[in-house]
Amino acid sequence: MLSAIVFLPLAGAMIILLLLKDARQIRLWAAAVTVVELALALAAFVIFRTEDYRRVGDMEMVEVYRDWIPALNIQYHLGVDGLSTPLVLLTALLGMCAVFASWQVQLRVKEYFMWLLVLQTAVTGVFVSLDFVLFFIFWELELLPMYFLISIWGSGRKEYSAMKFLIFTLLGSAFMLVGILALYFSEGTFNIVDLQNVDGAQFILPAGTIFALLFGAFAVKLPVWPVHTWLPDAHTDAPTAVSVMLAGVLLKMGGYGMIRMAVGIFPGKAQEYAWVLAFLAVVSVLYGAVVTVRQTDLKRLVAFSSISHMGYVLLGISSVVGVGGAVSSVGLTGAAMQMFTHGTITGLLFLLVGLVYDKAHTRHIPDMGGLAAHMPIIAVAFLVAGLASLGLPGTSGFVSELLVFLGTFQVWSWITALAVFAIVITAGYILWMIQRTFFGPSLQRFASLGDATVVEAVPMAVLVITIMVVGVYPAVVSDVFTQGLEPIIQSLQQVVRP
Amino acid sequence: MTIHDVYLLSPELSLASLGIVVIILDMVLRRKGVLAAVSVVGLLVPLAFSIALWGNLSGEADGQMVGIFNTLVVDKFSLFFKFLIMGILALVVMSSVEYVSRIRQFQGEYYGLMLFSASGMMLLAATTDLVSIYIALELTALPLAALAAFLRDSRSTEAGIKFLLLSAMSSAVLLYGMTLVYGFTGTTQLPGIFERLGTSLDATVPFGSHALFLGVVMIVAGFGFKIAAVPFQMWVPDVYEGAPTPITAYLSVASKAAGFAAILRVFHMAFGEISLDWATLFAVLAAVSMTVGNLVAISQNNIKRMLAYSTIAHAGFLMVGVAAIAARVPAGETTTGPSGGLFYLVAYAVTNLAAFFAIIAISSRTGSDMISSFAGIGRQAPLLAVILAFSMISLLGIPPTAGFMGKLYMFSAAMKSDLAWLVVVSVLNSAVSAYYYLRVIRVMYMQDPDNAEKVSVAFAPRVALYITGLSILALGLFPGPMIKAAERAVEILFL
Repeated sequence: MLSAIVFLPLAGAMIILLLLKDARQIRLWAAAVTVVELALALAAFVIFRTEDYRRVGDMEMVEVYRDWIPALNIQYHLGVDGLSTPLVLLTALLGMCAVFASWQVQLRVKEYFMWLLVLQTAVTGVFVSLDFVLFFIFWELELLPMYFLISIWGSGRKEYSAMKFLIFTLLGSAFMLVGILALYFSEGTFNIVDLQNVDGAQFILPAGTIFALLFGAFAVKLPVWPVHTWLPDAHTDAPTAVSVMLAGVLLKMGGYGMIRMAVGIFPGKAQEYAWVLAFLAVVSVLYGAVVTVRQTDLKRLVAFSSISHMGYVLLGISSVVGVGGAVSSVGLTGAAMQMFTHGTITGLLFLLVGLVYDKAHTRHIPDMGGLAAHMPIIAVAFLVAGLASLGLPGTSGFVSELLVFLGTFQVWSWITALAVFAIVITAGYILWMIQRTFFGPSLQRFASLGDATVVEAVPMAVLVITIMVVGVYPAVVSDVFTQGLEPIIQSLQQVVRP
Repeated sequence: MTIHDVYLLSPELSLASLGIVVIILDMVLRRKGVLAAVSVVGLLVPLAFSIALWGNLSGEADGQMVGIFNTLVVDKFSLFFKFLIMGILALVVMSSVEYVSRIRQFQGEYYGLMLFSASGMMLLAATTDLVSIYIALELTALPLAALAAFLRDSRSTEAGIKFLLLSAMSSAVLLYGMTLVYGFTGTTQLPGIFERLGTSLDATVPFGSHALFLGVVMIVAGFGFKIAAVPFQMWVPDVYEGAPTPITAYLSVASKAAGFAAILRVFHMAFGEISLDWATLFAVLAAVSMTVGNLVAISQNNIKRMLAYSTIAHAGFLMVGVAAIAARVPAGETTTGPSGGLFYLVAYAVTNLAAFFAIIAISSRTGSDMISSFAGIGRQAPLLAVILAFSMISLLGIPPTAGFMGKLYMFSAAMKSDLAWLVVVSVLNSAVSAYYYLRVIRVMYMQDPDNAEKVSVAFAPRVALYITGLSILALGLFPGPMIKAAERAVEILFL
């Protein structure tokens, strides 16, 4: 089943490449593929929640082909647990939204949808790979579609941004490869499950170095200050659907890697350096928030807010050090929840920003105003996304931020107090942005603008519903995360220093 | 020389004879198109001999057959290179068909010289004696010098002369190094050198002896020229740019493979005793080579020059495999450096050939080797563009390509040999190289073409293009069998 989920979009892309010609056909086909993909991912999620739900620590739906590359003991090994299943679902969800958000693309339609589907395969593969080399292959595979999507269909300094994104990620993954090889020659395996909690072992490099190599690669992706600079450029110049994917799922690859690889493999080192993570997190949170306030480009604003919000993920992870000899799962669950909710919320925000830009032909906030009168549906969705983003109770954003703060406050009281302050700033820039763009006097030059069409409303509705459902009943996702994080919490508990 | 010796030498002999046959046919035939066909089909003879030899090997207890006064050895290592070089040769001949048909004169000589050179390369991988290594090197290099000058315009002539002069100079250095080694050990046979070294090394001096030190460094310099490593790379850009493009492809791949075979053979068989010292030497050369190659490649505007510098960088990556032979592997295990090098060579060969074949086809239409002239090829010739893009991605080392698997395997060998710093340098270099490799892709797909003319490719070059393009993907997805072949080929080095 997992192989089908991973390779369905790729197969769809090949069919677009080889068989389809007409733009309309291609759009419909891509939509069909992603809808089926979403159905499969949802089915996997439901099966996971019901059947094998209680077997903590086990990987489910495992698929292994041991003899893929026997010389290096590299296996084709897929499987999911509570940590990855919601992320697979998120990928499928946003993958579908991305296709619907691309309905207006006119330039080189065939290649565009092909790359979009290839991207989905790569990201899904990252979340379900249980072999470190396979993980790395999917991790790098994601670069090519992103490079093409940004540099061909983007705007502004698109080629510069695409290259910057690529070089940053490549440098990060270069370090990861060294870490992976060091682990392999110390432990003799690329199997991620077997590698969990091995940091007491003898390594050919110091364990702290390997931890830093892995963490660095994932920090570039998350992104963490000071290696975040690729993100605003890439987001600003990417086409709407790609921004949705980038903010929605690609950043989560970084957070996922940090939790499963950096913390899961080296729980002791993670605790030792938790203060570094906490420091980086709070700088990301505050710096991201402060810089966001100054932005006048709607898309750049949302992009910078992502840096701040992904800082919460890192903050949640920094709670692994525990307090008084007890490691709580709240902080890590909060980090994982923050990944899921940020994916839906910011995905929706980028979607709406793209729609507004398509209609109003500007992203410059001072030029806008009173748009709510002309596009009420978009305005309502924007309001929902904005409020969720600032963490209003009843939306999913509130749940995840609350969990992060609950988890980290006992561990890093002062730092958390500082980070909580960013909530105020967030509320400020979000409300100010909405007020300046959607409210105020209705402007004459926007009088002819229409609201969202049905095709445009589909992804909006799906994401708004997800935000509300998770906001009201967070356990639907958080239970799964908690269960998936249980083995990591246990190993953290074992190595904790009282 | 017995009949058995002739049999052992049969692949090289039949290949050289084929060259003579092609030249004679050129004199009697009108239709020159037949020459390429004869060259490719005629390769079946040395191929058949090689397969027969491979079959005979299984009967030998020590996995090798030695002939001609212990100078020639047939083992899986040399046969691996025979197959590789014949494969490269066949592909390059196929891709040359259209290119050569525009040269009015000497078409037979073109193919003939290529075949002579290939027989030298095959011999180079199969000799265990310093003198015959030298002869094989010259047999490889002289035809290549003539081929580089084949277009007979000013650039091509310059390329030929440059290659000839610098090749002669590096041969002189190599010979001097060999003389020193001979003077120190009293033999030119590699196994003999190994035995003498075992008894006469002084532990307080690097390499055990000053004379030996000088000799080894000079041999490294000589071979460094052949595989285009820094600091012996000066000839590469000019020769690559001026030579006919199929010859550039041949030079960048086959010549390098043969040089690498000789390095592995010499250093593994003769200088195993002092491996720790020369591992450091090669590690430093590797790091410098890839860094210089990559940094200079960034500023190139001519695609052949860019690939020339990329070749220098890849020579660096290859030497990582040589350096990884260092004895510091965990006890009870053998290094994967040599097999990593062999796999990398195959991956690099198919990738570089695919790139050059696509360039031959494209620039024969646009009439220019400038990267900017590739604008819009993505629409004019979708398939060519895809293959060229794919080969760039493979050179860069992003999955799912042969280049990625080659690097993964090679770096893991270096990691195993405790060369973590070299792995870090290598992966950072790979990341930097993204800038210039992707530039080609960017120009092809993101800039508009000058004219909407479609590019078409003749049958034989197209087949060569497909074979190499598919091999990139196949080796990237299923490298298992080729890794296994490489491992079996290098087993003999560890006996």
